[in-house]
Amino acid sequence: MELYNLTLREISEKIKNKEVSIKEVLDNVFQRIDDVEKKVDAYVTLTRDAAYKRAEELQERLDRGEDIGILGGVPIAIKDNICTNGVKTTCASKMLENFVPIYDATVIKRLNDAGAIVIGKTNMDEFAMGSSTESSYIKKTKNPWDLEKVPGGSSGGSAAAISSDMAYAALGSDTGGSIRQPASYCSVVGLKPTYGLISRFGLIAYASSLDQIGPFGKNVEDVALMLNVIAGHDEKDTTSADIGKKDYTESIVNDIKGLKIGVPHEFVNEGVHEDVKEAYYHAIETLKSAGAEIIDIDLEYAKYSLATYYIIATAEASSNLGRYDGIRYGYRTSEFDDLDDLYNKSRTEGFGTEVKRRIMLGTYVLSSGYYDAYYKRAQQVRTLIIDNFKKAFEQCDAIVIPTAPNTAFKFGAKTENPLEMYLEDIYTVPVNIAGLPGISVPGGFDKDHMPIGIQFISKAFDEEKLLRIAYTFEQNTDYHKNKPNI
Amino acid sequence: MKDYEVIIGLEVHAELSTNTKIYCNCTTEFGADPNTHCCPICTGMPGTLPVLNEKVVEYAVKAGLATNCEISRFSKQDRKNYFYPDLPKAYQISQYDLPLCEHGKLEITVGEGENKYKKEIGITRIHIEEDAGKLIHDAYTGDTLVDMNRCAVPLIEIVSEPDIRSADEAIAYMQTLKSILEYLEVCDCKMQEGSLRCDVNLSVRPVGQKEFGTRTETKNLNSFRAIHNSIEFETKRQIEELENGGTIYQETRRFDDAKGIGYSMRTKEDAHDYRYFPEPDLAPIVLSDNYINEIKNSLPEMPHIKKDRYIAEYSLPEYDAEQLTASKYVAKFFEDTNAICHNPKSVSNWIMSDLFRMMNEKEIEITECKISSQDLAKLIELIDKGTISSKIAKQVFEEMFETGKNPEVIVKEKGLVQISDENAIKEMVERVVENNPQSVVDFKAGKDRALGFLVGQIMKETKGKANPQIVNKLLIEILNK
Repeated sequence: MELYNLTLREISEKIKNKEVSIKEVLDNVFQRIDDVEKKVDAYVTLTRDAAYKRAEELQERLDRGEDIGILGGVPIAIKDNICTNGVKTTCASKMLENFVPIYDATVIKRLNDAGAIVIGKTNMDEFAMGSSTESSYIKKTKNPWDLEKVPGGSSGGSAAAISSDMAYAALGSDTGGSIRQPASYCSVVGLKPTYGLISRFGLIAYASSLDQIGPFGKNVEDVALMLNVIAGHDEKDTTSADIGKKDYTESIVNDIKGLKIGVPHEFVNEGVHEDVKEAYYHAIETLKSAGAEIIDIDLEYAKYSLATYYIIATAEASSNLGRYDGIRYGYRTSEFDDLDDLYNKSRTEGFGTEVKRRIMLGTYVLSSGYYDAYYKRAQQVRTLIIDNFKKAFEQCDAIVIPTAPNTAFKFGAKTENPLEMYLEDIYTVPVNIAGLPGISVPGGFDKDHMPIGIQFISKAFDEEKLLRIAYTFEQNTDYHKNKPNI
Repeated sequence: MKDYEVIIGLEVHAELSTNTKIYCNCTTEFGADPNTHCCPICTGMPGTLPVLNEKVVEYAVKAGLATNCEISRFSKQDRKNYFYPDLPKAYQISQYDLPLCEHGKLEITVGEGENKYKKEIGITRIHIEEDAGKLIHDAYTGDTLVDMNRCAVPLIEIVSEPDIRSADEAIAYMQTLKSILEYLEVCDCKMQEGSLRCDVNLSVRPVGQKEFGTRTETKNLNSFRAIHNSIEFETKRQIEELENGGTIYQETRRFDDAKGIGYSMRTKEDAHDYRYFPEPDLAPIVLSDNYINEIKNSLPEMPHIKKDRYIAEYSLPEYDAEQLTASKYVAKFFEDTNAICHNPKSVSNWIMSDLFRMMNEKEIEITECKISSQDLAKLIELIDKGTISSKIAKQVFEEMFETGKNPEVIVKEKGLVQISDENAIKEMVERVVENNPQSVVDFKAGKDRALGFLVGQIMKETKGKANPQIVNKLLIEILNK
């Protein structure tokens, strides 16, 4: 067994017990990257030199008997929309192709303080807009389970990197499913925490009221470990909650006896792949036999989530992406007549199709005369959806639904029809709209042996229960033990 | 020609004098090298987030309370989206539909003497927002450069009701507002540095007409003179336009103060659609009654209260009290000086006459004056003690104003001490009488003018230093012998 096959907890113990040196761990993971990255293309940037330098420092401290943190010496990958001081942060866009932040995101600071080694920045849909990572300007990331298929998105690079053992854990961001959906497509664990649990300071904004950073891991326990490091109040982000520190590894307990898990049958009906449906109902059986009580719930407004999402997210995006105008940040066109021409050309040339589509949508819904009909209405519906979930959680501890209606699809299959692409997020978007935590865990395979994800949702700031249910499900299934042949 | 009435509403932007910017820890200090007072947050670097400076809320609430506004228990911040090179985020964080303060009013006094009247001007709202950077046009290279030091310096925008009816009323309103903001110490009100500036919304209508005419907005006026002149100009322009059968278009204008001419900048058709929406990066501002009451109790003595106190406590005439309290800095200078020399009438006279006259000549503010209150008090003491005459004192004062020197030093250096030694004066008197026999004859013939001439001769000889009372007394004694 190679070191890269180990989990985050396993490798960190080996480092601490000095069974392996941090350099050996890096050598091994970079060897793995050298072997498979050319097939998968998960990384936009590799920070090999900085990683080795940091490994040396950490090893020295460890050898002196210092505590180097719970992630001490562990190689971690970061989605390329999270700012890393001195390291290019491109958002996979031509617009920010050469953008080098002069500060670290709060999550990066916390990872560094916990001893993690950032080994690279991962590919994504441009500005996190997309569900397949195909809108990346930089490269095409492949699904390690089938190189002809997409890894999901927008955090496709992070999911593919974990799935193919090119890092022990990764960070992604999730605005409408961008962590959970690629986790589902690549058969890894992906958690979107409650809005406000993780600081967004340093996350390049797509839709500020929906964006949330979260971890990818090879299993639920690793995700809990990552959450321990990155969660917590940050005075630089006033939308981050101050709920005190928790130890999420205490939730790594194989026991859900007596917990009530809600099933919204009506919501999981049309447009769902048969194999996904089968895996879903099988998952419900697994939960039942682990001692959970399954109850029917009604999420009547959840079906409006997607429409709500495409108004709120695009509205916020149209404003957040205004700063890429060729003046201060980002690509500037080479020839222009005047200021307006500079703006027009820089933005036309610097942004990809999907980004432009969403900026236009967002600009439209905020326009004077349309605000009430779209943005205001969407906020009202958002309140209804939040109340809908609140009511559901009066009846149950968690909700189980598929992560995505389908498994990974072939490149180009949905790029011609954006609406079809948007529908891939139908089960993940309601969670962002309501600001809740959701986790995707491996839940089976379709007839082509492509992974299927099962999603659990809990009430806000109840990640402990969510992780406990996810862990119990994982321990009562074998899907996570499968690895892609690559 | 019909009689027209002019309708004016002012939007005043006041930079708050907090130490740090509205959403980051950068200093707000004015006049530094370009782009040295900024950071990733105020330059809108991707990934950064704003954190509201609580002082900004406190200062805005102070301004709201002092202008009789209702303070919102719940307000929020919004994004105003537009592209301009001095706005690095491409949106300004401001307040749209739920401002911090609303429904206030301000009493102003307009005119002088018999034409003086008081009037109430409504204040629609006061909201907080961030300032933009500054564009600098390099004449040598033709480049336009951006200085982001001013980005995210906190502002309050104070919007008046369209209650103002003349340039004089507008100036009175601005003066009252400036005085209040200075008293509150929330804005340094340096108009030449742009920390207090004003947009004028103006329309005209025939007297008797109920509906408002179409209004124009003249932007960014930063002196009382410019405000006054732009109002006169725009009023005249609109009336002439209407009289000639023309139409007033809703437009944004600017005013060239040097040339005294206003220009159209853009019409309503190319007005921005700012696409306001609630700022998702900032939580709503929720204020408790307790918080508001604490601020209310901490407010300093406001100018109109101080004026009444001056009249009662120092027996000053109303006009003097009003002039002295109009500026917080003048009032402070008055109080500090009087605390030393205890002669309010005299302190008031010096400030109102000589100091104001010389400040006007030099076009400076009292805060820029070289004279300290200790030195003015000393000067008054020298007069009261008879060390120098009031005439000499004027000369000393001018020197103090120019150089900032201590009056005692000036008196000593120039030998200006009043001569009150009777023997010394007697000698001079005798000599002058002896040298001017004709005047003595005239005096004895009942010509009073002759006495004045003789006094003048003595003062000339002593360069004004002889004590005039003693000179008079001795002269009459000798002449009547």
